[in-house]
Amino acid sequence: MADINKIDDCIYEVPVGYRPGMRVPGRIFVSSALREMVEPGTVDQVANVATLPGIVKYSMAMPDAHWGYGFPIGGVAAFREDDGIISPGGVGFDINCGVRMLRSDLEAQSVQPHMDTLIDALFSAIPSGLGSTGRLHVTDRQLNEAFVAGSKWALEEGYGFEADLAHCEESGRMAGAETAQVSVKARKRGRPQLGTLGSGNHFLEIQRVEEIFDEAVAKQFGLFRGQITIMIHCGSRGAGHQICTDHLDVLSKAVRKYNIDIPDKQLACAPLSSPEAKNYFGGMVCAANYAWANRHIIAHWTREVFERYFPGSKLDLVYDVAHNVAKIEEHDVDGKRERLYVHRKGATRAFGPSRSEVPDAYRAVGQPVLIPGSMGTPSYVLCGNDRALKITFGSACHGAGRVMSRSHAIKMFNGKNVKAALNKEGIVVKATSPSMLAEEAPQVYKPSGDVVDVVHNLRIATKVAKLVPLGVSKG
Amino acid sequence: MIPFEYLEHTADIKFRAYGKSPEEMLANAASALFKAMVDPATIKALEAWKVELEAPNMEQLAYDWLCEMVFLFETESAVFATFAIKLQQNESGSWSLYGEIGGERIDLKRHAFENEVKAITLHEFQVKKNDMWCLQVVLDV
Repeated sequence: MADINKIDDCIYEVPVGYRPGMRVPGRIFVSSALREMVEPGTVDQVANVATLPGIVKYSMAMPDAHWGYGFPIGGVAAFREDDGIISPGGVGFDINCGVRMLRSDLEAQSVQPHMDTLIDALFSAIPSGLGSTGRLHVTDRQLNEAFVAGSKWALEEGYGFEADLAHCEESGRMAGAETAQVSVKARKRGRPQLGTLGSGNHFLEIQRVEEIFDEAVAKQFGLFRGQITIMIHCGSRGAGHQICTDHLDVLSKAVRKYNIDIPDKQLACAPLSSPEAKNYFGGMVCAANYAWANRHIIAHWTREVFERYFPGSKLDLVYDVAHNVAKIEEHDVDGKRERLYVHRKGATRAFGPSRSEVPDAYRAVGQPVLIPGSMGTPSYVLCGNDRALKITFGSACHGAGRVMSRSHAIKMFNGKNVKAALNKEGIVVKATSPSMLAEEAPQVYKPSGDVVDVVHNLRIATKVAKLVPLGVSKG
Repeated sequence: MIPFEYLEHTADIKFRAYGKSPEEMLANAASALFKAMVDPATIKALEAWKVELEAPNMEQLAYDWLCEMVFLFETESAVFATFAIKLQQNESGSWSLYGEIGGERIDLKRHAFENEVKAITLHEFQVKKNDMWCLQVVLDV
């Protein structure tokens, strides 16, 4: 990493001038050990984002950052409402890919002996994998309602509980949806896939709380050692991908129309005041709400399975966070309150107690920040800290971050061996396409603990609990 | 001439597809796209699908073509192995594409997927014509 300056523990700066046209410096938050794993492509992408109009303070990369397209994965940037832009390259194709975490009132020792049966049952109850289509058959009208009302729509359809909405980012329904911005193609991809997990790095995992780092906050989040928890990781499926594709095309043309110089075509964007930007935002919100409805429904089916094997057990929602989204938020910028469009691509909002967006139940401590591990490695629950507002516009990492390419992983590992190795560690894995497990082998990711430690040490979000996987259902 | 080659990329799949003609380049790019997911030897051309596209330039056409492949893959739940493409360049320089693609419905017992391509990115997306045509693509998987 040439030309990168260490300016503090775990903070590296990409100076203005690293590439032409940078309006602000870049900031990469990594430890010296993780710094070695940051590819030059990631630094270039941090610098590319810094050239976009209206960017505020820094173009940032979280400790799990890796080479993506447009923004790096783990990229965060905020843009001023009056002279800034919005870019699908800062959100990603899988709009509102995110994580929903449920806590049970069950102890691991009572559940672990039944793990095989339980994972089998979850695997059949929740459609997953390539081309998976739903148990749901929604009409066009219902699909529209899901785009507009997200989890609230799902609740009205009879899924989940009222309390789920209060424990979800945006209450599972982000304002500003414009269904006119969802194409026929996006509807065609999205309609059969509502209520499905999908493939790739998406999963449903049964976990055990292995370690509590902060007893007081853990109590607030309802977590205790030895507890069974469930993590659902998925997004807006084909609907989100098509909405992004459609608007990327429009915004590519907008770049020429508004004379914006972009260093990467995936950073196609438009001024926030333009119709193109407003249309993208309206479509993106539809995808975000679809994703919340999706995770809400999947959580409902998870509860049904648990009810079958552990009657009377309770699965309450701890929280649900988006990893890929652009949001309108107010932040203090040099002593002035400003409305910003904060893009988080492979990053989690990590608001502390001062923010009104944090649900009432967590206002005393800060929002839960959910960091899934890769398959077979620990996941973490952190607590948002007000310090993050000063450092990262209230953002933290979203996972472990890849270090090995998929093609390399496929050469190095074999899906069946990966599964056998996990079984040997006592982790039950069920997958639609076992051959796809190779590219998700634990070794292709950075150690999740190291990534989380950077966030903890910077006091962006502080560690609350460590969760280890017991069973995984994958696409 | 090699039809296509995969290049190193951490999170996603990057390839270059070549052709003596733009038709050949587009067909090879589609082959590369599907080979990134599943062994082409396991795909039989049992059914045919038609594709018609129009675009103001070759770069846009190539992007639309690959996006259409992803759309058909997902909505038809099918994988494709043969790509017959006819191109016509209009006076304004814009292109029309008529394609017939052969493939079959996905059968997970026979089709062992290594990846699922979910979208075509514009990152480093490029069409070049030197001695031959070359299309560079990064796939979102």
